[in-house]
Amino acid sequence: MRLNFKTYQTTTTYLLLICAAVVLILPFIWIISTSLKGNESIFAFPPQWIPKDFHWDNYAKVFTKMPFFVYLKNSVFISVMTILGTLISSSLVAYAFACLKWPGRDWLFIFVLGTMMLPAQVTMIPVFVLYKQFGWLNTFKPLIVPAFFGGGAFNIFLLRQFFLTIPKELFEAARLDGCSEFRIYWKIVLPLAKPALATVAILTFMMTWNDFLGPLIYLSDKLKGTLALGLAMFVGQYQTEWGVLMAASVLVMLPVIVLFFLFQKYFIRGFMMSGIKG
Amino acid sequence: MQKTTKNPLYRKQARLGYLFVAPWIIGFLIFSLYPIVMSFYYSLCQYDVLRVPQFIGLGNYKELLGQDPYFWKSIWNTLFYTVVRVPLVIFGSLLLAVLVNNAVKGIRFFRTIFFIPSIITGVVLSALWLWLLNPQYGLFNSILAVFGIPGPLWLQSPHWSKISMVLMSLWSIGGGRMLVFLAALQGIPTALYEVVDIDGGGWWAKFRHITVPMISPVIFLWTVLEVIFSFQVFTEAYVMTKGGPLNSTLFYNLYLYYKAFDDFSMGYASALAWVLLVIILVVTLMQFVVGKKVVYYEGK
Repeated sequence: MRLNFKTYQTTTTYLLLICAAVVLILPFIWIISTSLKGNESIFAFPPQWIPKDFHWDNYAKVFTKMPFFVYLKNSVFISVMTILGTLISSSLVAYAFACLKWPGRDWLFIFVLGTMMLPAQVTMIPVFVLYKQFGWLNTFKPLIVPAFFGGGAFNIFLLRQFFLTIPKELFEAARLDGCSEFRIYWKIVLPLAKPALATVAILTFMMTWNDFLGPLIYLSDKLKGTLALGLAMFVGQYQTEWGVLMAASVLVMLPVIVLFFLFQKYFIRGFMMSGIKG
Repeated sequence: MQKTTKNPLYRKQARLGYLFVAPWIIGFLIFSLYPIVMSFYYSLCQYDVLRVPQFIGLGNYKELLGQDPYFWKSIWNTLFYTVVRVPLVIFGSLLLAVLVNNAVKGIRFFRTIFFIPSIITGVVLSALWLWLLNPQYGLFNSILAVFGIPGPLWLQSPHWSKISMVLMSLWSIGGGRMLVFLAALQGIPTALYEVVDIDGGGWWAKFRHITVPMISPVIFLWTVLEVIFSFQVFTEAYVMTKGGPLNSTLFYNLYLYYKAFDDFSMGYASALAWVLLVIILVVTLMQFVVGKKVVYYEGK
């Protein structure tokens, strides 16, 4: 009786799991299938899940219809620089919050967290005017430079939580040995925090790669665009050529998917870490 | 030894503390505080970037609250989207978290599968769903057609456009939100569920009386966050519908963007931004007031 109930329960669980998985994955299959179809099979009824003949030329067309590699280079450059700035500055700031004692520290930390609530729209216009005065419009600077100043409240929070788990004895021993704080940060804390830094890097990459509003406002020169911006323009121009549009979308999301599979545990850790304190 | 503030080691640490935190402070002053102050000043001006701001007092606020039908339309659209979307994504993620909290074989594989859609965001997400929701040949209406059901026009219908965008954001229920809920679920002592078993309660009783109250702080936090995110929806509407049809997806931030960067009414757009800030503050405060009564904090 007890065993029967257990098998019944397990079967239901698997059934629900499989249903949910199918529903969530079906769109991907549909999209990849469309990206390999010619118009005649895209508009066929009933829909073909596996195209009759594979139109790889949809992918080739993406490269001729938009300066894909220019956008790719721009996106990669902006992402790499942003990740670099974020890692350096958010780890420094997190070190101050987690490993050093100074008056007003905890108060300021709550304030930093509070800034997450601030909608970007409130600062967007004056910041735009500021960059215009700096002569930064149509350059990558507006998208990169701010990352070097703090690296975002959420990243500071994540790294601080991780730094707090490092045993205090390590710091005290190093300090007694006359090790400077910067050396402790650089030689002890950063190497220990590699997994947390990887999480911050990967989350920053996702944010930057997918960012649309920033490039939209600051990059008006066509060849300065990012992949996200280029794809948005593509949507406007080729909305009837679904095969090509889906091929372009697949190409833009490919790096994100590949990175996800390579660094899965860091994605998951990021959310688990932020959940520790609720 | 460390308690005395006169301690030289402590003083050195304090100095270094400020030094290490300096990048954030400088960044905050330049990229947040100065812009916030300027934004409020601009909101009291007529300003098109090319000429010097002209002070007009509360003119912008009077116009948008009194005579701007698009303002009210965008408020309505954004409220509708938020009120429909937030409960659905929270409940969806919670159900999925309960499902993947079962310790069956291969559960990690399913967690990975559920997570994948959430990494697709912004422009790519919009491009994909434009096709999935295509009225004639998209995935949804093709499947409905197989069962002989004529599907709606989705994004092309003013009645369905906002619903379409809610549906689209449901694709990501297996993402970070689910993982945070899962982590919280795993912290619930199993003894509590055994009590329900003894009382003869079923699945729903456990969910309703143990699961939800025990992880209510996390649910509450994510509700607050999701409301703020929903208020700021922009990219999807900009890429997929440009605010149409019939302004049915003219969300608040889309309208603000058009005012700022299409009309170059920077003063008016700044006033819109301040109204948004006030709305978000008021709504968040209200949620905390309600939350104090509803949320269960262990040990209090």
